Amino acid sequence: MADLLLILLSAALVNNFVLVQFLGLCPFVGTSARFETTVPMTLATMFVLAVAAVATNLLHHHLLAPFGLEYLRIIAFIVVIAACVQFTELFVRAASPLLHRMLGLYLPLITTNCAVLGVVLIAVDEGLSLARTLVLAIGAGAGFGVAIVAFAALRERINDDAVPAPLRGVPLALVTVGFMALAFHGLRGIGAGMGA
Amino acid sequence: MSAFGEAALRRNPAWVQLLGLCPLLAVSNTVANAAGLAVASAVVLTGSAFFIASVRRWIPADVRLPCFVLVIATFTTLVHLAMEAYAFELHQRIALFVQIVVTNCMILGQVERVAAKVRVGRALVDALGASAGFAAAILAVGAVREVIAVGFPLAAMPAGAFVIAGLLLALANALAARDWRFVPRRSSARRSPETPLERQ
Repeated sequence: MADLLLILLSAALVNNFVLVQFLGLCPFVGTSARFETTVPMTLATMFVLAVAAVATNLLHHHLLAPFGLEYLRIIAFIVVIAACVQFTELFVRAASPLLHRMLGLYLPLITTNCAVLGVVLIAVDEGLSLARTLVLAIGAGAGFGVAIVAFAALRERINDDAVPAPLRGVPLALVTVGFMALAFHGLRGIGAGMGA
Repeated sequence: MSAFGEAALRRNPAWVQLLGLCPLLAVSNTVANAAGLAVASAVVLTGSAFFIASVRRWIPADVRLPCFVLVIATFTTLVHLAMEAYAFELHQRIALFVQIVVTNCMILGQVERVAAKVRVGRALVDALGASAGFAAAILAVGAVREVIAVGFPLAAMPAGAFVIAGLLLALANALAARDWRFVPRRSSARRSPETPLERQ
């Protein structure tokens, strides 16, 4: 139980997938311009992450590995992730057309959210059990949520400030993320102490 | 502007469209890593664009995205295995990000917007242009980070990557617009009209 908690905290904070491992930056920058879209985006991503992580774990251990087909894993995993995203998109479109329009291109692009494939590949590379894989996926989603909600709030403030024209928008956003990453970097000291 | 230049500069995948940011930041700690990933991405992008443009007539519109992703994943697997065989040392450093080329939104975006709609030659030129634009961006970030990291190790860390990429992007914007003015609070055209402050 304790090690599951460690995996969760490590994935969400210490080794934050966005700020420390550079995974999932496109939706992070793309959907953080407005505060309202961040929470739905996080939930959609976390849902896809969890389902895809469980599905790929089963696929890898019960189909690919027994037949020595590990080299096909990129293709197999991306198909599983795409199916999960398609399902999520259908659900969001039916549940809230407005939300579907707000998320726009970024919803189908969860397929190409490298955080999803990254988490899945890391879980398989490290030979994590099914429970640990699921916890890692949820932690990664939570970390994405923490980072994007904080960042969107900062970004709305920055939008109202007078800044040099070339820096306006994404360049200043990236610099801001840099300072957030610095803050998260401070957590690594704690992580080392926890053996994470 | 030629189709190649248009794809490489005016629609630069990294700096104008902000696609493919993850590899741009993660693998740009040294020029060698950056070059390795730029080549891997270029092979996958060009190969996929060529293949998809050639068979675009037979891909049903409803299932085009899964088809595109499958093609891209196949090329990624080829590059991943080839790099493991012929450039093992480089592969050990950037293996995760070579596999993640398949999820580089630059590639899917390019395929969806260009390769699926135009003739093979045009798709090829456009893919090569986008590859060159991406390579230029990642090599620039890699070079700056590697040089600064000599005296200032923070540049090699994640925080440094974000800050340096942001400043380089600002530089690219400034050169493109030749506009160094401070934007006053009210006249910003790109400001979102729906900030909470305004709604109150």
